[in-house]
Amino acid sequence: MPSFTDTTASADAPAVVARSVGPVLPQIAHFDAPLPLACGRTLPQYDLAYETYGTLDGTRSNAVLICHALNASHHVAGFYADAPDDIGWWDNMVGPGKPLDTERYFVVGMNNLGSCFGSTGPLSINPATGEPWGSEFPIVTVEDWVDAQAQLADRLGIRQWAAVMGGSLGGMQALDWAIRYPSRIRNALVIAAAPNLSAENIAFNEIARQAIMTDPEYHDGNFGAHGVKPRRGLRVARMIGHITYLSDEQMEAKFGRQLRDGLNFSFAPEFQIESYLRYQGEKFAEYYDANTYLRVTKALDYFDPATREGGDLARALAPATCRFLVVSFTTDWRFPASRSREIVKALVRKRRDVSYAEIAAPHGHDAFLLDNAQYHAVVRAWFERMAGELEVAAAEAGVSATSANALSA
Amino acid sequence: MTEVVHGDTALTPLSAQAVSTPMAHSGSGVARADYATIGGWVAHDAHVLDLGCGDGELLAFLAAQRRASGYGIEIADAGVLACVRNGINVIQSDLERGLAGFDDAAFDVVILSQTLQAMRRIEAIVGEMLRVGREAIVTFPNFGHWTHRLQILRGRMPVSTSLPYQWYDTPNIHLCTVADFDAFLAERRYKVLDRVILSRGRPVGFAPNLTGELAIYRFRR
Repeated sequence: MPSFTDTTASADAPAVVARSVGPVLPQIAHFDAPLPLACGRTLPQYDLAYETYGTLDGTRSNAVLICHALNASHHVAGFYADAPDDIGWWDNMVGPGKPLDTERYFVVGMNNLGSCFGSTGPLSINPATGEPWGSEFPIVTVEDWVDAQAQLADRLGIRQWAAVMGGSLGGMQALDWAIRYPSRIRNALVIAAAPNLSAENIAFNEIARQAIMTDPEYHDGNFGAHGVKPRRGLRVARMIGHITYLSDEQMEAKFGRQLRDGLNFSFAPEFQIESYLRYQGEKFAEYYDANTYLRVTKALDYFDPATREGGDLARALAPATCRFLVVSFTTDWRFPASRSREIVKALVRKRRDVSYAEIAAPHGHDAFLLDNAQYHAVVRAWFERMAGELEVAAAEAGVSATSANALSA
Repeated sequence: MTEVVHGDTALTPLSAQAVSTPMAHSGSGVARADYATIGGWVAHDAHVLDLGCGDGELLAFLAAQRRASGYGIEIADAGVLACVRNGINVIQSDLERGLAGFDDAAFDVVILSQTLQAMRRIEAIVGEMLRVGREAIVTFPNFGHWTHRLQILRGRMPVSTSLPYQWYDTPNIHLCTVADFDAFLAERRYKVLDRVILSRGRPVGFAPNLTGELAIYRFRR
């Protein structure tokens, strides 16, 4: 359009050289105070696994929480010294010189309750029995996760997050922070998310759960006691999930109808896509816990903040006071752009500060984890603009961030 | 630890976001000719929607001049990125798809600044502007300017400072004159609240359809 493209802004790579945060150490915070859960039960005590990158400034105002999605963990960035190939799941986003710059921000990644990577979950010991929780572990919700994250924030001395950021299910957690802890969050970055799951999405989750629960080695969730794992179910669950994270376009480009070794008139994997899905399924079944998978998909299914307000999302978002950046990807059909637009519409209705970027990307839902110049430039710009807020926060706290740093050094 | 920024209900005035960051616009510091007129028509604390907002310069101007709040709509990636850099609320969307994301009468003013002539469905977007806003402000280059007429008399498509494109590369597909737009509004019984026709940045009184380069209208249902 005339006049309006007249701008110096572009998504070109920045001059700063981005690097890894380097070797990182996971930490465990133990909590003895019971945590009440949405299901009505209470976790008597629990551990939360987390990692941090960067330095918390003197006013504790530069902290950013990263919320993970279905199968990820607290290992957001960097690598482990004894496992250099184990790179954080959002390492292209978080690090020195990266869109979320750890030279400026203190970034926290936390493993959610019910997971299988260090925080209390079905694999942990139930203090009441001395045995692993297994199928007895409660079904936890996005709200439970966020409550636990708030406990960790308290432990770390973070009264208010500069931002809470997440993709997919992680974006739902950022939304929940904005709604239920409005005074504790200044910015919410809600990426490739939705205000709730569609029937189709719940259907995919149910197929995944059925795959696990009908595996003969599931044993009503007590497979651990039998010394087995419902690997077949986990594999199929992962294969289904994987299909929904990719776009048709991308799958066609990556695999098409390529064959491994011609047609053999057998049911062995012949097409490349078959062997790819089997490989992904195998890998997943080794490292992931079936009871966790069941619970995480349930947390997805249950999330629907609008139900608390008779289905009115705008009313549900009314308590939120933070600024929102909502991002969607054009080929994401698991959480399509239209779902992000629902969030934007509700925020606009409530006159909240919101910006929305619809990123042209071929990669489907997975795009939120991948490199994309415009996507990363928008997130980078958002955090750079937020730097101004940090100075305001520091000034209001009566001390400049730099001098506070000097004091705490 | 002090809480930052939060009002309970009110949207942060755009100025609070915009002042800290200088505009990245290449014409920074020189607001476009129509901005001053538009600024005069926007009430203090108005809630504004700017269609085709580019890098957000007009919204930043209205925030600074009028403490206006609101949003810009922009389709281009570069514009969206510039708005984020400038701290302007921007929603990436194609105006040709309408304004379905906005409620009836959600805004005091909806602005379409020098974008009308590049749009395909003029009637639809003007109708949408008056649905979501109580008032509409539209600006466009006046095709009736005498230099344009002269060039057509000489047998060529007009090229001028207000229409800087050649016939083959112009994004402008719905050019109109001041008289055309008057008729367009009259036929739909839209009520013209203000009309200023500028030439070289100054209002013209005499034969505006002949001497005006840029037309600025404020109207409502």
